[in-house]
Amino acid sequence: MLSLDQIKLRIEQAVPGARVELVPNGALADQASLWLDAAHAVECARFLRETPDLSFDYASNVTGVDWPDTTVKTKVKKVVEGQETDVEESVVKPGFLEAVYHLYSMTRKHGPLVIRLRTANRTDSVRLPSFTPVWRGAEFQEREIFDLFGIVFDGHPDLRRLLMWDGFQDHPMRKDYVEPDDYEYEPTPHDEVLEKAQSRAAKEANA
Amino acid sequence: MSLTSTGAANPFGALSANGTESVQRFSRSPKPDPGDLGGELLEVSMGPHHPSTHGVFRMDVVLDGETVVKLKPVFGYLHRNHEKIAENTSYLGSMPYTDRLDYLCSMTNNWAYALSVEKLAGLQVPERAQYIRVITAELTRLLNHTCLIGFLLQDMGALGTPMMYAFREREKILDLFESLSGARMMCNYMRFGGCRCELPKHWLEQARQVVEDFPHFLDEFEALLTGNEILLARSQGVGVLPKDLAINASITGPMLRAAGVGYDIRKVDNYGIYERFEFRVPIGAHGDVFDRYMVRVLEMRESLGILRKALTDIPEGPIMDPKSKLRGFKPKAGEAYGRIEGPKGELGFYLISDGSANPFRYRVRPPSLINLTVLEDMCLGHNVADVVIILGSVDIVLGEVDR
Amino acid sequence: MLGTGLIQGLMETAKNFVGSYHDEARLVTVQYPEEKIPAKENSRNFPFLVYDGEDPQAGLRCVACQICEKECPPKCIYIVKSKDKKPDYTGKAQLYPATFDIDVSVCMSCQICVEVCPFDAIKMDQVFELSTSDRFATLLLKKTTLAKPNAYFHQIHPTDAAEIDGRLAEEKRKAEEKAKAAAAAKAAAAAAATTGTDPKAPPVGGAAKSPTN
Repeated sequence: MLSLDQIKLRIEQAVPGARVELVPNGALADQASLWLDAAHAVECARFLRETPDLSFDYASNVTGVDWPDTTVKTKVKKVVEGQETDVEESVVKPGFLEAVYHLYSMTRKHGPLVIRLRTANRTDSVRLPSFTPVWRGAEFQEREIFDLFGIVFDGHPDLRRLLMWDGFQDHPMRKDYVEPDDYEYEPTPHDEVLEKAQSRAAKEANA
Repeated sequence: MSLTSTGAANPFGALSANGTESVQRFSRSPKPDPGDLGGELLEVSMGPHHPSTHGVFRMDVVLDGETVVKLKPVFGYLHRNHEKIAENTSYLGSMPYTDRLDYLCSMTNNWAYALSVEKLAGLQVPERAQYIRVITAELTRLLNHTCLIGFLLQDMGALGTPMMYAFREREKILDLFESLSGARMMCNYMRFGGCRCELPKHWLEQARQVVEDFPHFLDEFEALLTGNEILLARSQGVGVLPKDLAINASITGPMLRAAGVGYDIRKVDNYGIYERFEFRVPIGAHGDVFDRYMVRVLEMRESLGILRKALTDIPEGPIMDPKSKLRGFKPKAGEAYGRIEGPKGELGFYLISDGSANPFRYRVRPPSLINLTVLEDMCLGHNVADVVIILGSVDIVLGEVDR
Repeated sequence: MLGTGLIQGLMETAKNFVGSYHDEARLVTVQYPEEKIPAKENSRNFPFLVYDGEDPQAGLRCVACQICEKECPPKCIYIVKSKDKKPDYTGKAQLYPATFDIDVSVCMSCQICVEVCPFDAIKMDQVFELSTSDRFATLLLKKTTLAKPNAYFHQIHPTDAAEIDGRLAEEKRKAEEKAKAAAAAKAAAAAAATTGTDPKAPPVGGAAKSPTN
């Protein structure tokens, strides 16, 4: 298989205007990934599948990742009352949702090539292009991401919830998901379960 | 459907060990078009409590007479958000939960998860543990395929007999697993960097005995089934999956190979120590239900060869990487995707670590779920009774489909 | 010829049917509950607490370190530490569990509590006939029901138990030696103090050996 840098170059040559960025991997150097921009992603995907020496014809694993907002604290030099002091400033780095595709080639038997697509944020702009028209294997997995993470895939032929029921509101795999308090407790309540049991008992007493 | 033999050569002839060259092929003539009878389409909900759905799986089927014109699978009846549970427990704590994904094949689930974590944390598995893993994984393949064939025949209407014979053999393998790991099905046997405990005394001899006896059972099983004209007529030409569609829809495992694609992760990735074993990858020619049945039978015969070699070659030595820790296991930040050839297809685990004791992201690539992508394509134009056997030939376990 | 496959298959079932009357290999079922297959040594289902000696509560090996409670994946263990301490098998004062509950209706028999226990205090049992009509009271096992003697552990997991007993005896021997050495040193120091030598001085000419010197 070509190296990631070479693949990146090839994509940039083949798809004019495509922005491709290399995302390093701290644990496994040979599973670093390419971050494609959403606007040209489908074209890039077609190129990856149809170019004979790449022929990534098999989208093995398709999944979502939720990166919540992070607060980054930096020390900034500021002039306060005529004196220069270090002031700690916290900047909120907006989180985003990510769709990760692990591509292999069945004809050339190489892989994996890891592709990532990122949304702008986690709230109102959560649309990404669907790869289902390119690889049908992504169909159920993209539905699962839509269901559990809330990424809306444009161009998906049948975008419905996969595992949760249709009327369900939230996206359970998001990091800030709060599970509903609607199950039967085990007889040894302790820790969080105990807290929950107590709060529920208090609520029932008030009602 | 005509019951005349087309005399086509059995594609498995070269691979088969007991003379299945003589298998005849039946052709299915297209059903005469009844013309517009003025009837209306009927929507039927098959499942979730239907014995043919192998669990709590539902299909919304639209029928024209008895012919399927639309089929939408409905999932989620067994959904427990396995991935969320795993993200809230330690790396070790998810190991017993992986047993419960595909509850027929806990050993291969364990291996796939251990493999991914080992990639993430850079652990080395000692020789002996690698052999134990190969032995347990191939035994799992045997038991999964025997059970599946039993279920498939049950779906075809052979109530009881083949399944009872399959379960009789499965029990022998489960006995081995019990004396090794303590549990028949929820083995929870592998650990990051090796295996949990040393083989008990005489275990290898017992395993050799099981492997020795298994071909005898397989011959009997094939004598019962492979030549059976009812099975041939029911399964040949049913649920045909074209090669290109199979690749594009990410189908893996025996289903992919029955469609004619020679892709076996044991060969492609050479994970573990599979490069030391010589085995052939059976490939089908028609991609129908019968080919899927046959590919599984032949895979079992190949697995027996791997088992025989592994059981003789297994060396003495440690079974755990000394660097591996049971408690306080925190791999450094990064991500890893590890995959193995499970009995049902490519079973992969994708893990993202942020350096803490719990995985930041934990994802299972479930072969059962993804193999269902083409269920509608395979069922269109067939009868309801054929839907049941097509689903049976996909080989799903709902614990893994719904997670 | 059409039909030969069917006949061949029927012969196979006939062979199995007739064989099930005399052939051991085809006669695989046992008449439970009159007949039971002996449990395998490694078999496991639910955990129990091991105690040494006669008294189930005083002899508990558990020191209420709560590691199993923390590591248990489905969180079915509940431990409350004691306020006071009691001596363990080496004679060291240790805490003990004031409450130790295992909810076996939540437990998934994964054996992780056994693996992480540094004191060999919790082990897997083999009883399986636990069906009951009351889900909440009878399936919550308390410390009193969980405590089982070491002899029972020997009975169900002989290899494991022998290995652990050997290890514990070795630790005990070491601890006793250490205690003996410490006691001897203390006595020597006390003797040295009465004879007026500096106890902190290094023992010269075997001063610590005998106080009569």
